[in-house]
Amino acid sequence: MPVSVGKTADKGGTVNWLAIWVTFKLACLTASVLLVVGLPIAYWLTFSKRRWKFIVESVVALPLVLPPTVLGFYILVAIGPHSPVGRFYTDLVGHPLPFTFEGLLVASIFYSLPFAVQPFATAFEQVDRRLIETSWTLGVSKLKTFFHLIVPLSTAGLITGVVLSFAHTLGEFGVVLMVGGNIEGETRTISIDIYDEVQALNYAGAAKTALLLLAVSYGVLLLVYAVNRKVWVVWPQR
Amino acid sequence: MAAALTVDCRKTFPGRFFMSAQLTLPPDPPCVLILFGPSGSGKTTLLRCLAGLEWPEEGRIQFGSTTWVDTASNVRLAPQVRRIGYMPQDYALFPTHTVAGNIEYGLSDLSAEARKERVRELIELFQLQGLEQANPTQLSGGQQQRVALARAIARRPQFLLLDEPLSALDAPTRAKLCSELRLLLKQLAIPAVVVTHDWAEALTLGDVIAVMQGGTILQTDSPQEVFSRPVNAEVAKIVGIETVVQGQVIASDDGLATVSVNGTSLKGLGANVSGSPVYVCIRAEDVLLEQAGSGITSARNRLSGLVTEVLPQGVMMTVTVDCGFPLRAMITRGAGKELGLKIGSTVVATIKAGAVHLVPRSV
Repeated sequence: MPVSVGKTADKGGTVNWLAIWVTFKLACLTASVLLVVGLPIAYWLTFSKRRWKFIVESVVALPLVLPPTVLGFYILVAIGPHSPVGRFYTDLVGHPLPFTFEGLLVASIFYSLPFAVQPFATAFEQVDRRLIETSWTLGVSKLKTFFHLIVPLSTAGLITGVVLSFAHTLGEFGVVLMVGGNIEGETRTISIDIYDEVQALNYAGAAKTALLLLAVSYGVLLLVYAVNRKVWVVWPQR
Repeated sequence: MAAALTVDCRKTFPGRFFMSAQLTLPPDPPCVLILFGPSGSGKTTLLRCLAGLEWPEEGRIQFGSTTWVDTASNVRLAPQVRRIGYMPQDYALFPTHTVAGNIEYGLSDLSAEARKERVRELIELFQLQGLEQANPTQLSGGQQQRVALARAIARRPQFLLLDEPLSALDAPTRAKLCSELRLLLKQLAIPAVVVTHDWAEALTLGDVIAVMQGGTILQTDSPQEVFSRPVNAEVAKIVGIETVVQGQVIASDDGLATVSVNGTSLKGLGANVSGSPVYVCIRAEDVLLEQAGSGITSARNRLSGLVTEVLPQGVMMTVTVDCGFPLRAMITRGAGKELGLKIGSTVVATIKAGAVHLVPRSV
């Protein structure tokens, strides 16, 4: 693992804006992809009547309990040049997936999956079934019912899921180190940058970056709790 | 011509109950079927099977010439394509849409102009003018019910399914909306199934009543048949009204109406317009029997007649007295002995006016 120490040592107390840019790009993309991928998964988990649903539920929740290094290791193996997925990607794009931004993105998506899917599913669960059924009897398809009725009634849960997966990606460390390596401008994120600064005994630089991450994380949680306040959950008037 | 609706289906709810229903509705004229029974009797489940929201494990549902469900050939028609108007209990108005938005919700096949026109029409029909942009939570119970009905019929459905359409309302509103609903059902002239546990609603709205208990249909008949000639004691207990006869209001004074039943005149309660046809409903336990020729009472109705039937039921007995119409009375066996009741003896039946319920009926 190429954890370099030397590069950051000469920067003094300045903030590594490149790492911040990479991190925010990663978090935004992860949250966006999870919004698209998480909705159908959450819909299926909420409304399916299959008996083996719990198996999928457990798989989705796995990243919550798994050490990031374990998850990172398996993703690394799965997308590496010896796996079919990895070979297919290499044939398609021309270079292997690990230690690239795209590889990091794939890993982040898996790592933050429960942070998006679980709030989505909880929100869908709270939508009155009779509203959904009534919509169906009015000739409205399941897909249209989803977008016209279920999504507007679940906005708070959707915002929570997106924001939490965004925030969770901002702070990830183990998976990034395993899958992304530490390539400046490509896969070096804020949390790794802080680690490097501390390793180089550059506490002033670490402090500034850490404060920034703390502020952003706190702001994000403020947003989550604000949208989940009972008064304007679902319907702002009354 | 095929029947309007043929149902023969079964569904189990593990640990709760087993539903098994057979039903046939005649095609012409379109009739209103009442699913009547106590809560937990399976009426809502049957209605949901008709709407396509619940699937029977076994059986068939055929509407006109279309098979909606046939488990043998694996036909399961989605609710979207059944062209039904369904109104669940508590109405399920969409909180994300305004009143107009709710009514318009299922009309996306129409052009924007036709859609607007249809909504305007329904707003007018249901007297919701001025509330188009209101949020459903701002409406009264009666208004919510109207919006839900308007939404259900907006697409001009071929079959109307109403689950307890009036139970969420307070008593005065309920009586008013019940007669409005009766008119609407007549106007629409489409077959309908209405779930209710209220006998006055069942009598007012229904052409056919199916009495349900424990997941099965015990009797399917005209309202009067079901109420006055229940097939067994179970049905009699569920309907709880032993005398239901047709009458005509001949005078009405301050809510106290005089009705004529086969030439016999009775006083009853219900603010009915003179000349309107009604069902006269009397519970057997509200009828007192005495020997002919005794004193004055406060009761408005004193009818003398001949005993035509005596049916012992445990410590009680049901006595049928012919006083122009068959009137059922429930008395204790001891009282029956004292009165020396037997078939052919003359008695005077006394009923307080408040116990004579008048329910409007269509001719």
